[in-house]
Amino acid sequence: MDKFTVHTGNAAPLRASNVDTDQIIPAEYLKRITRHGFEDGLFAAWRKDPSFILNQPTYTNATVLIAGPDFGTGSSREHAVWALMDYGFKVVISSRFADIFRGNSGKQGLLTAVVDQDVVEKLWALVEANPETQVTVDLEKSQITAGDVTAKFEVDSYVRWRLLEGLDDIGLTMRHVDQIAEFEAKRPTFKPVTTA
Amino acid sequence: MGRTLAEKVWDDHVVRRADGEPDLLFIDLHLVHEVTSPQAFDGLRAAGRPVHRTDLTLATEDHNVPTMDILKPIADPISRAQVDALRNNCAEFGVPIFSLGNAEQGIVHVVGPQLGLTQPGMTVVCGDSHTSTHGAFGALAFGIGTSEVEHVLATQTLPLKPFKTMAITVNGALPADVTAKDLILTIIAKIGTGGGQGYVLEYRGDAIKALSMEARMTICNMSIEAGARAGMIAPDETTFEYIKGREHAPKGADWDAAVEYWSTLPSDADARYDAEVIIDATTLSPFVTWGTNPGQGVPLASVVPSPDDFDNESEKAAAAKALEYMGLTAGTPIKDIKVDTVFLGSCTNGRIEDLRAAAAIIKGHKIADGLRMMIVPGSVKVRLAAMSEGLDQIFIDAGAEWREAGCSMCLGMNPDKLVPGERSASTSNRNFEGRQGPGGRTHLVSPQVAAATALRGTLSSPADLEEKVG
Ligand code: SF4
Repeated sequence: MDKFTVHTGNAAPLRASNVDTDQIIPAEYLKRITRHGFEDGLFAAWRKDPSFILNQPTYTNATVLIAGPDFGTGSSREHAVWALMDYGFKVVISSRFADIFRGNSGKQGLLTAVVDQDVVEKLWALVEANPETQVTVDLEKSQITAGDVTAKFEVDSYVRWRLLEGLDDIGLTMRHVDQIAEFEAKRPTFKPVTTA
Repeated sequence: MGRTLAEKVWDDHVVRRADGEPDLLFIDLHLVHEVTSPQAFDGLRAAGRPVHRTDLTLATEDHNVPTMDILKPIADPISRAQVDALRNNCAEFGVPIFSLGNAEQGIVHVVGPQLGLTQPGMTVVCGDSHTSTHGAFGALAFGIGTSEVEHVLATQTLPLKPFKTMAITVNGALPADVTAKDLILTIIAKIGTGGGQGYVLEYRGDAIKALSMEARMTICNMSIEAGARAGMIAPDETTFEYIKGREHAPKGADWDAAVEYWSTLPSDADARYDAEVIIDATTLSPFVTWGTNPGQGVPLASVVPSPDDFDNESEKAAAAKALEYMGLTAGTPIKDIKVDTVFLGSCTNGRIEDLRAAAAIIKGHKIADGLRMMIVPGSVKVRLAAMSEGLDQIFIDAGAEWREAGCSMCLGMNPDKLVPGERSASTSNRNFEGRQGPGGRTHLVSPQVAAATALRGTLSSPADLEEKVG
């Protein structure tokens, strides 16, 4: 996983709350068995509408998505994160994320920055007034700056450390194989197994 | 201070605890299906890692599989590739699998409990958000993403931050015509689709204690629709009875040891929850959704709400958008809404009790003219049980389609789909835009409402049938 320290880029304002993962990437795109190439599925239904925000030339190269509350609800599909990242997004800003989505994002290196809704409103106003506005997300300082807006954001401290270090979870857990073996040795015999 | 059920199960699975880090939890059962696993197996292969505990892992094919002509190759090449990938991965890594055509195949959340693999006090995960279903047994069960699937395959553990706990206390007895589905839809409408976020919900109280295991599974299944990752119900005699004698249930001395342990799991009297919601069961009635998220529901006997009925701007806007998508006008009586398709199935309501409840209402009647009704058992076992009771014939005689097991029309991933504008009454769990097929309009209902709706052609409860069919 690549390290994440500071990211600066254009931002797209997504004025919608409760954007569920079925909207982020519809089920029909989940049939692929590869891990990349999901950018065409991102917001597929909405992108058929020419007025949709990502269809506007000024926002097509956005790398920061500014979304309404409860982003990423619904199905646990990690494809939602892959689709956002394959499209080029590095950061999603919202006042509230669904748990599974936020967990999936942290594992892939997509930063989910939590700010108050009034900060979201300010950022929306800013990037709508001037789509060229550069939004800087500094993970070390947990701070977003754009135009005259400066705001702290929240991110889970452990995820933050992993993103800053670029560490993958499995490798970290593998450091503790002895403790796993110890735990396994003590499991009660009545626990079921799936093999005959 | 006492501990809650969720805290006890958590504590018993901590492999490693260190300051400033998530707990490393051991996973007792890892269920796998074709949609969220191929990239995880790919990751293992790339890193040269084996599956650490094949004996705690089980795969089944459900999301993509057709529910007709199942012995022919899957027609859609992409669906077929995904199912083939699962079969190849399971063969390569030594993971047990129930493929299409196997007597144990079915929806992952129906298969685990029916085999007796889901037991109290376990940690159960699956790359599927409705893993919360298994919480009905007093297991801590939750959906995970594909990276976590890979993590569990490689290590049989997951690093996790503790959840908060929320008690959902349902006092009193449910009225006779109110089902578990009505109850959970009411709970979600009350706390909202984000209300459970960050929490493990524990359903408790007299109304919950009185429910069968299958009804408890319906409740826990939809915890995720309230934003919670997991829902749990304390194990009791009903739980033990259900598990006893099943293929993977503990036997002999193990059974006694297990029951002794399971009996220690219910929350202590002085346990503290981070939040509590109290519901009076006696006030409930059949409940359905009118909008495009599971929190947008109303009693069946009421009318389609207006955006003005909501206090905050974002809910008003969401309601207006939902009404437009659903093609509904505020103020229309819910019972006047005409449906095209009735879908009975899914991991929410595709078990034998659901089929029995619907069959009892349909028996001897015909479904409404021009309406399509699909009955899709949650597993091959459920299907065979229903057939041995003659339920299939009741449905077929009524004009319904009797299908093979799978997720079917719960999600638009296999051939069973709504066409744009088509309206369904569905016993599944999600009414999102396009969930049952692009442009499809979904009303979430109980099996009883599904059956009555199939007969009358408009959203109806069994009580509404008395005048019309008799
Ligand atoms: S029946 Fe529906 S909710 Fe359940 S596992 Fe299948 S697709 Fe998911």
